[in-house]
Amino acid sequence: MIKYLKTVDEKCVGCMTCTAVCSKLYFKEDNPAKAAIQVQDLGAGKFHLVVCDQECRKCVAECPVQAISVAKNGAVMIDKKVCVGCLACVAVCPTGAMRYYPGLKHPFKCIACGQCAKQCPKGALELAEKEESPASRAWADAIAKVREE
Amino acid sequence: MSYGIKDFKLVSESRYTPGKVVRGYNMRTLHLDVSSRKATEKPVSETMKQKFVGGKGFGLKLLWDGTKPSTRWDSPENEIVIAMGPICGNTNYPGSGKSLVVSLSPMTGIPIDSNVGGYFGPYLKFSGFDALELQGKAPSETIVFIDGNEGVIRFYEAPTDLPRDTHLLAEVLTHAFAASDDPSDLQAVSVVSAGRGAEHSPMGLLNFSLYDKRRAGIRVKQAGRGGIGTVFRDKKLLALVCRYRGVEQDSNGAADPAAVQRIGLKLHREIVVNDDKQCKMRKQGTAHLMEVMNDYDLLPTKNHKYGQDPRGPEIASWVWEKLLSQNLPDGCWFGCTMACAHAVDKFELETGPYKGHKVCVDGPEYETAAGVGSNLYIYDPHGILEINFYCDTYGIDTISFGTTVGFLMECWEHGILTKERTDGIDLSWGNWKGACQILHDLAEGKRFGVLAGRGVKFLSEHFVKEYGADPQFMRDIALHGKGLEQSEYISKESLAQQGGYYLTNKGPQHDEAWLIFMDMVNNRIPTFENKAEALHYFPMFRTWFGLQGLCKLPWNDVEPADNAKWKEPNKVPEHVANYRELYTAITGEPLDWDGLIVQSERVYNFQRAFNIRQGRGHRAEDYPPYRAMGPVLEDEYEARAERYDKQMKEKIGVDPAGLSVKEKIRITREYRMKQYDSLVDAVYKRRGWTPDGCPTPEHLKAIGMDLPEVLEVVEARIAGKI
Repeated sequence: MIKYLKTVDEKCVGCMTCTAVCSKLYFKEDNPAKAAIQVQDLGAGKFHLVVCDQECRKCVAECPVQAISVAKNGAVMIDKKVCVGCLACVAVCPTGAMRYYPGLKHPFKCIACGQCAKQCPKGALELAEKEESPASRAWADAIAKVREE
Repeated sequence: MSYGIKDFKLVSESRYTPGKVVRGYNMRTLHLDVSSRKATEKPVSETMKQKFVGGKGFGLKLLWDGTKPSTRWDSPENEIVIAMGPICGNTNYPGSGKSLVVSLSPMTGIPIDSNVGGYFGPYLKFSGFDALELQGKAPSETIVFIDGNEGVIRFYEAPTDLPRDTHLLAEVLTHAFAASDDPSDLQAVSVVSAGRGAEHSPMGLLNFSLYDKRRAGIRVKQAGRGGIGTVFRDKKLLALVCRYRGVEQDSNGAADPAAVQRIGLKLHREIVVNDDKQCKMRKQGTAHLMEVMNDYDLLPTKNHKYGQDPRGPEIASWVWEKLLSQNLPDGCWFGCTMACAHAVDKFELETGPYKGHKVCVDGPEYETAAGVGSNLYIYDPHGILEINFYCDTYGIDTISFGTTVGFLMECWEHGILTKERTDGIDLSWGNWKGACQILHDLAEGKRFGVLAGRGVKFLSEHFVKEYGADPQFMRDIALHGKGLEQSEYISKESLAQQGGYYLTNKGPQHDEAWLIFMDMVNNRIPTFENKAEALHYFPMFRTWFGLQGLCKLPWNDVEPADNAKWKEPNKVPEHVANYRELYTAITGEPLDWDGLIVQSERVYNFQRAFNIRQGRGHRAEDYPPYRAMGPVLEDEYEARAERYDKQMKEKIGVDPAGLSVKEKIRITREYRMKQYDSLVDAVYKRRGWTPDGCPTPEHLKAIGMDLPEVLEVVEARIAGKI
């Protein structure tokens, strides 16, 4: 099973509570550019929430030092002790959910901790679980093929 | 087989203060006297930094200072210098992990430089040194260990039962010198080694390892050209090991780390979006070129006699894509999303001492697939992979080997070689097992293997002397310049590329200029002046990669989607802008486009002066063998008769009707030789050289390479004293 943050764009009102919770928790400041969730203003009172779906795992496949791995709960995590800060993961992320902040050594992303969901006043966010898919296993299949038995 | 550090006899140890890279430099280098097993630090002066920049520039400067005009490749004072450059080691910009290796070459007798990936160079840099000099000869088999975290350099005597072939040796040493078996500790070790072949042949190479966490094994990249591995083994160096843990985004001490991130990410994104539509480097590596070259009559076939064959598609890129393991980030340094360093995994060997073993084959690169494939009329991918693997592990350059065996097979076809002369090896076109047998015999030190490993310059002279072969024919088909075998593109139909190969400092390697499409296909440089300008600009521009510790591939093996709209798309102007910005972001120094070229021009002219100091660097050495310029044989002419006849009529102004093929070959040859003469005149003039190819003192002053020792050399040459 994969734990992930489920987003409902229709419920979002752009209050930015989630970005504040996230950036304060991980970077000790209220700064949307340092939040693992992004609120995109589409105009006309509509918003689009961008956050890692924990499923495609292209970053896991791309990391040259295997600093990005899949935790037991299925969330994709970055080990800062191993990360070399190359940002290849940022480039391969198809949704822009892998983030970086200029001058910070490491990229960052949502790890499905659920703190933002707890404080979202409109119920636009919730922690959910989903099944593994072939895409979510592709990175591991590629390794299995080249490993000696 | 497993060893620990305790199994190696420690013979000397020295300590140093671990370094911190500031704006791309440590401002010190490391000198290792292999004879006395002593380590000495040397400061880098501001002048050295300004004039030579780093990488190949530092390498040549240190080699010049450490050797004499009388130094030969096997003199104790000859050096191997491994140098990185200021941009080397950053993890953001793809292709930033290159080391430049220089030495006096056993093949050419003059300086060779080779550009190689793998982790050793960046780890050495983060260990505190901008370059490493190896000088002297060890009294016994030696392993040098540099611990960049602790600041310790140790010389060990190697146990006699250690394997010497790279795929085994580098694996053993990686585990022996890693702090633990944790994959991150294993990845923190890089090994430089050669192989048994390098002990018996001047075309020996150096393998630079990288530990691959996914494969849980070592991979290797090669400093292939010019026999540096041979010098390494002659010094009784078995391996260099560097251990450094703790690479980070700012390990290179950039002046503006955020700018490095921004510029790097821009190229990462460009590669991710464009590569699949352009060169497919992420899936095929450089082997993507195979069918392109075959289609344009440029893929070496039968010792560069032809550029095409109907069997070409049997070794096309799509064949390799299926064999190469996919969906792995196969970069040779962290953060290279171009990821062209692919491998064929679990490949079962059919010949030699490792027959039956399942191994990981690094490659094939284009040069290998062409050189030991189509050039030998081998269209069996298995055969190509087997030669590729054994060349690497024995420490033999696939380019020199491919070009040499092509020559031998052509000699076999013409009856110059027979089974009596090859110790029973059948060298018919396409016999990959014969080519492998040469390699195995070479590794074992057996007669014909060792003879074959001497390279085409030696062999072509040897066959005249020993077997009465026709001297002209031998000169024509021995594809070398200055003693170095030509790399794997057909240059016959592009005058500019003949210059790109042979008007080079080190010999015919395509890293200085690749002008075939510009010249032959798109006709963008029709006049001698146009060609001379290209043969000034591109060698200078491409030299810059070697000064910085960069790979050339991300420059033009991926392009911005709108590249064609720019005035000079062949220069990929947006990427040049990236490089200028990247240089400034790391070093803090401004650099405009002209300044970039001048940095290279200084080092390029220094290298030319170095050749002259060694008593070489005359015009006569800058001429190709005729096989690289036009059709040597009648069937070679006839296979492209329509093209050659048309050229005769339109370009030479002679009506080919009624002429014999022999006559037509003679007329074509005379014309092409004259064309090349005019090209040399134009190029030397553009480069600021005399008609004999010597940089003038005025030119050296104009570019700021008027160091007294350099002026002394060129003035002596102009006065006819050397």
